[in-house]
Amino acid sequence: MSEPNYLTTDYTLQSWFLTTDHKRIAILYFASLIFFFFIGGAAATAIRIELATPQADLVSSDVYNRLFTMHGIIMVWFFLIPSIPNTLGNFLVPLMIGARDLAFPRLNLMSWYIFMLGGCTTLFAILAGGIDTGWTFYTPFSTLYSNSYVIVAAAGVFIAGFSSILTGLNFIVTIHRLRAPGLTWYRLPLFLWSLYATSVILVLATPVLAVTLLLIATERFFGVGIFDPRIGGDPLLFQHLFWFYSHPAVYIMILPGMGVVNELVSCFSRKPVFGYKFVAWASLAIAAVGFLVWGHHMFVSGQSLIASLVFSFMSFVVAVPSAIKVFNWTATLHKGSIHFDAPMLYALAFIGLFTIGGLTGLFLACLAFDVHATDTYFVVAHFHYIMVGGMVTAYFGGLHYWWPKITGRLYSEYWARTAAVLIFFGFNLTFFPQFILGAEGMPRRYHVYPPEFQVWNVLSSGGAAILAVAYLLPMFYLGYSAFFGARAPANPWNAPGLEWQTSSPPPEENFETQPVVTREPYQYNEAFEAEPQNA
Amino acid sequence: MPEPPAFASQFVSVPHRDHTAELGMWLFIATEVLLFGGLLLAYFVYRHAFPQSFAEGSRHTDILIGTINTAILLTSSFLVAWAVEVFSPATVRIVTWLLVGAACLGLVFIALKGIEYSGEYDERLVPGVDFQFGGPLANGVQLFFIFYFVATAIHAVHMLIGICLLLVLAIIGRRAPTTRHHAALHSAALYWHFVDVVWIFLFALIYLPGRASS
Amino acid sequence: MWREWIPFWRPGLSPQSSDVDLLFTGLLIASALVLGLLFFLLALFCVRYRAGNQIDRGHRTSKSWHWEVSWTVASFICFLGLFVWGASVYFEMYRTPTDELVVFVVAKQWMWKTQHPGGQSEIDALHVPLRRPVRLVMASQDVIHSFYIPALRLKHDVVPGRYQDLELEIDKPGSYHLFCAEYCGTDHSGMIGEIVAMEPADFSRWLTQQAPSSPLADEGGALFRQLGCSGCHGKGSKVRAPPLEGLYGKPVPLSDGSSVVADDKYIRDSILLPRSQIVASYEPLMPSFAGKLSEDQLLRLVVYVKSLAGNRS
Repeated sequence: MSEPNYLTTDYTLQSWFLTTDHKRIAILYFASLIFFFFIGGAAATAIRIELATPQADLVSSDVYNRLFTMHGIIMVWFFLIPSIPNTLGNFLVPLMIGARDLAFPRLNLMSWYIFMLGGCTTLFAILAGGIDTGWTFYTPFSTLYSNSYVIVAAAGVFIAGFSSILTGLNFIVTIHRLRAPGLTWYRLPLFLWSLYATSVILVLATPVLAVTLLLIATERFFGVGIFDPRIGGDPLLFQHLFWFYSHPAVYIMILPGMGVVNELVSCFSRKPVFGYKFVAWASLAIAAVGFLVWGHHMFVSGQSLIASLVFSFMSFVVAVPSAIKVFNWTATLHKGSIHFDAPMLYALAFIGLFTIGGLTGLFLACLAFDVHATDTYFVVAHFHYIMVGGMVTAYFGGLHYWWPKITGRLYSEYWARTAAVLIFFGFNLTFFPQFILGAEGMPRRYHVYPPEFQVWNVLSSGGAAILAVAYLLPMFYLGYSAFFGARAPANPWNAPGLEWQTSSPPPEENFETQPVVTREPYQYNEAFEAEPQNA
Repeated sequence: MPEPPAFASQFVSVPHRDHTAELGMWLFIATEVLLFGGLLLAYFVYRHAFPQSFAEGSRHTDILIGTINTAILLTSSFLVAWAVEVFSPATVRIVTWLLVGAACLGLVFIALKGIEYSGEYDERLVPGVDFQFGGPLANGVQLFFIFYFVATAIHAVHMLIGICLLLVLAIIGRRAPTTRHHAALHSAALYWHFVDVVWIFLFALIYLPGRASS
Repeated sequence: MWREWIPFWRPGLSPQSSDVDLLFTGLLIASALVLGLLFFLLALFCVRYRAGNQIDRGHRTSKSWHWEVSWTVASFICFLGLFVWGASVYFEMYRTPTDELVVFVVAKQWMWKTQHPGGQSEIDALHVPLRRPVRLVMASQDVIHSFYIPALRLKHDVVPGRYQDLELEIDKPGSYHLFCAEYCGTDHSGMIGEIVAMEPADFSRWLTQQAPSSPLADEGGALFRQLGCSGCHGKGSKVRAPPLEGLYGKPVPLSDGSSVVADDKYIRDSILLPRSQIVASYEPLMPSFAGKLSEDQLLRLVVYVKSLAGNRS
């Protein structure tokens, strides 16, 4: 047999749970995230079944409120934020820069344990009786009125935040210090630029969430606190602090997806990404300007008109770099040699869905329309287009693309394409009707609703059923592939990236010899099939 | 058999490893700045809204202990800086004692903080536990004291972590001082100075308003 | 009207909501153009440059930065236009017209209580006359709620601890949904009601038919005496406190040299946080009433102080 790879060096439990190998830690994250994804998904399923009829028939209001809160908290903090960075990022950052590992491997392992501790704490809150505040924890409801496990849930999110911070810190330091000889900044794959931008947000925004949650827990525990309106505290201050983190967090959830799509579009068009530098700096521009738009969540909250004006303007500004990216991906296709393998289908779906999500984001940035649309299903539809249509689609695309590298196996192309198409249609059927519901005026977080909204809700629930099946499919064919799939060559896509220059799966030390980079990224040649490697 | 290298395989040299660790610590401090930044933002918002209450609250803090604590922390930071400066295999003893000294000063700080807290408890100034404050400014003073307790408690937690770090380094460094320990000491010192700087901000914001002009 | 043909987009009921609809239409058209162009290009490239298709791919890597600069600038200008449009309609919503009818709204878990100045109060409903600007002065008794009338494209959060205003005017008679749009706990989705817009004559008739109750100002006056406010602010009292007669709507000079207009917010704040804005040449003696008054009582006091505006001392 061949040399042992990172999967076969050792089979003991200890070798997994005490590993400092970034690739194994990525697998640990991957397994945990699947778990959380299905918990969040189960909550979503229950919500969609309940909303198929206007009355309350499946669950009570209290249970419904706990369901959407659980869906939000689990999906945001325990799936979307860690999704691409902690699985694909963890696996690929050292491989893509030609390093043996991340800068701080033990810190990396620690961040997984912290993440799991946070996850278990939150799960405990859910099992003990749930949280009914919504993922936004708005005061004074969360601090003085909610009769649920707010402190435990906040503690879970607080703990998980440190995992985010440590991961972000590790990535930034690694990308700064451990690049292979010759790998200048402008030779980095764009995936790394976007992860770098993501990490900056993780490091700078997450602590603000941490301190905000701490203040919430204090106020709830002592029955008095700095957001308490009875003593002159300002609930809007909480919203400012919360969105100062949570709006940039949206970019944590989309930037890595954009990064993945760069790799996919380029590989399957056999061309360099159009306008590399524009795309690279667009990532950093999004990260930077993303810190200045949080007030657009508060246009009807009573913040000053001038503040609203500024935040609206900045929200339009932050859309420009996103628009640049969409145009550049499209231009990348021009004169390419386009292959429609499963990862490319996901990438194309991403471009379409992300653009719809982004454009409807402009609707919401538009002050007068936001007054009508905020806190309605229009917002729900908008951010699901970005986070599910965008991030989750990109995640699946990236997972398929790097699957041969991660597992050393090939998956069924037929089933992969089927799943991609199903996800696309199921997704649109689920969430497009919600734009219409929002424009009609149906508020979000409504357990029962006036009967005139039913048609669109039924369509949405039907789409959700398709989407659920589509998300289950990869479980089966990828699961099958991981154990019984055909062996993958080192470079199945004939791609020039450093991660493809080592065997599949990579050896524990990633590279036999230290790679040296001598050219720009994305130097694809026309041949899609790699020449057979010497055995 | 080749000797295992003194640094992990992802690094190419000892200075490479040490510079990487230092960058990591700076980023961690950036995170911490934002952590306290959120808190200070809340402080400034309320101080702007209730200037007299905050001045009044500030006058009820124990400026003597606050000032002594400031001096203690500055001194301990000096000891740590000294330890970093003189670190070498030849100066193991002095480095150990400097670190132990700094950690002890840290403990004195915590002890004084405890005395200060109990004094505030006796004066019934602890919101949520026992807060009695007459007069029209009561609400704002309560906000001030909530901020005071949250901020100083978070700072005290940072102090405790720092004290542990210093003591661990003092113990390890005594056995076999290497470049690795020097790098670790350097990072720990950065952290300790940062905690010190945070205190200087807190000192100015907690103890001084309301005393300057009146 | 063409808008009636679109099933999910009913025509607006007020000048302002028509503006929002027009804006929405503009946004839809702009998005459709962008999406159309994008999908057309994606489809075109995907078909033309599919692998295996024999087609000229010459100069495939040559590129010019002109493209990027032009679409960056084009999107920015387009966005700027939308921003200005959206902002101007938004500012229109906050314009305060003259001759307003003021209605007080108190939100609590999970109901809307509306009160007309004459003392008529409603639960989960609000009757308003047509073609007359109405200003809602809203307060929350507990958590954050949001007063949302989809038909008018209007919404405003009701945050505890402060008054918030919402201007509305309805042109078409009918009954419209009122929703709570900010999640507020268990029965959030049950916190709904209706807005009934009536001809002014019908509205006055409706007002008189309501259960007789004393006007809010009278009840506020009773509270004013009961809580001891009159001891200092009343005529001929020994303690020197600013007189309240003729106060409402006038600028008040403050001890720090600035001045504020005595509106609902100012009066409310002066009751709850008397030390935050001290009237020039008065001692800060007044105790705070924060936590001692319900929102219902507060608004009665405010209406009472307001009712004193007419009789100058």
